[in-house]
Amino acid sequence: MVYLLSEEASRPFAGLSDVSISEDIPVEGDISVPVGPSTRRDEEFSTLDEPVKETILRDLRAVGNKFIHVLYPKRSTALLRDWDLWGPLLLCVTLALLLQGGAADSDDQGGPQFAEVFVIIWFGSIIITLNSKLLGGTISFFQSLCVLGYCILPLTVAMAVCRIVLVGGSGTVSFAVRLVVVTASFGWSTFASTAFLTDSQPAERKALVVYPVFLFYFVIGWMILTFSPSQ
Amino acid sequence: AAVTMSAGSGNRNTNTEPWGSFDENLIQGGGAAVIDMENMDDTSGSSFEDMGEMHQRMKEEEEVTAEAAAAGDDGGEDDGGEDGEFLGMKGLKGQLGRQVADEVWQAGKRQASRAFNLYANIDILRPYFDVEPVQVRSRLIESMIPVRMINFPQKIAGELYGPLMLVFTLVAILLHGMKTSGTVIREGTLMGTAIGTCFGYWLGVSSFIYFLAYLVNAQITMLQTLSLLGYGLFGHCVVLLITYNIHFHFLFYVLWLLCGGLSTLRMVAALLSRTVGQTPRLLLCGTLSVLHMLFLFYLHFAYHKILEGLLDSLDGPNMAPIQRVARDVPELTLNATLRSLGTLLKTH
Repeated sequence: MVYLLSEEASRPFAGLSDVSISEDIPVEGDISVPVGPSTRRDEEFSTLDEPVKETILRDLRAVGNKFIHVLYPKRSTALLRDWDLWGPLLLCVTLALLLQGGAADSDDQGGPQFAEVFVIIWFGSIIITLNSKLLGGTISFFQSLCVLGYCILPLTVAMAVCRIVLVGGSGTVSFAVRLVVVTASFGWSTFASTAFLTDSQPAERKALVVYPVFLFYFVIGWMILTFSPSQ
Repeated sequence: AAVTMSAGSGNRNTNTEPWGSFDENLIQGGGAAVIDMENMDDTSGSSFEDMGEMHQRMKEEEEVTAEAAAAGDDGGEDDGGEDGEFLGMKGLKGQLGRQVADEVWQAGKRQASRAFNLYANIDILRPYFDVEPVQVRSRLIESMIPVRMINFPQKIAGELYGPLMLVFTLVAILLHGMKTSGTVIREGTLMGTAIGTCFGYWLGVSSFIYFLAYLVNAQITMLQTLSLLGYGLFGHCVVLLITYNIHFHFLFYVLWLLCGGLSTLRMVAALLSRTVGQTPRLLLCGTLSVLHMLFLFYLHFAYHKILEGLLDSLDGPNMAPIQRVARDVPELTLNATLRSLGTLLKTH
């Protein structure tokens, strides 16, 4: 009996096919699952027990990693493989907050401006994604949203720079500086996003996908350039 | 519109049953015979609902076979369970109730997914976006070149990529114009106004022209009107891009007549070639040209800052341009009167 149990312990359920249990022989023992690589993998995936700080830091690190990929756009699949929408949300909210307080004729301008930027960014991204899918792209819906959202980073940086420049004054010189900064960041954004998006398209159609992206970042860049703080 | 001899709408799909000869669809003189011209265009796709139905039927067959296989396995296991002593009589009733609920749920899910797949299936729109950049460029240029042939139906491309991009470009140009003119629309509604105007024009006027064409029995589909009007906006984009930056009124009038006129003539010629009869032609083409030209006129003047000096020197006596209208006029005047009342009271 002991011999049979140890055999079962090493190869679970292997001996059951030829074991016939009759009612008068009590069955005893324990079925122990062999400790192998499978349990270790399970423990790694269960992140329910880790402290909150670790979870947040891991997500922040992932977001930061993708920011770096946007700033130095090279052909890599990091943005596409582990897509997430935290970064786009962060950038969108930052940009919308920075664009608030523009020249307005009444006090309750804060609401519509924030919502307007938010809506433009998200609906613009959705439309571009739909367009690239309709043109035969192989990229998935959320991956495309992720890429477009992350590539707003240069424009957000440009907005921060513009705000700083505007503190100094809003004359022709500041306008020229802002124009250069916004144009550069707009070109950077477009280039970065096309580096990721056009890989999934058939070769002849790249121009068809790039144009709406160009238009999208152009509109955002235009909003940034024409931003003037209220007096 | 369909020939009485053709077997119905389902066979526009070319990879099913063989057709009769194409002789049925040749033009028989210039009489009042109703001929299905859609077969002559190689770019008109099958109707929206037909494609959706086909797609849905194929999917449903797969789903049903998958469900049958799964149900077969489940049924087998349940029987084995019931035979054993684990469930007992209560288990049997529970199983039945659960199966009924399951079936109701499946039926409901199938209905909902059918509706969803029919109307939210992106694949329905896929054939209308099947273009090459070269084609788009050539169509953009052709939209400014009227074609003289009006005795034989002109080919109208049935694609939506070009028109959609042109509408978005127009929105961007309008935004630029509104910003530089310092229009007093609040920021929140600036974008909404631009998008609403452009999309409203494109979709609304296309539907209206399609409706009129349906009334006078012109041979044109909704997709083709959308496409025709969309490409007609190319002229508008060019004119507005120039005149929002160079504020010469005379220049605007010249460009309005030239570019607006050319694109209108192109659309009118295409429509003329597909309509039979003097009055229908007049109605259709007159409506389209009036709406098209007036839209450009409206876009220029409603969102455009008029420089006073140029205005005095260039304008003729016949046309008084529309002044820039502040959007919240009642509020402004109210505020102004309140402020003046306030100062009046303060001084007393």
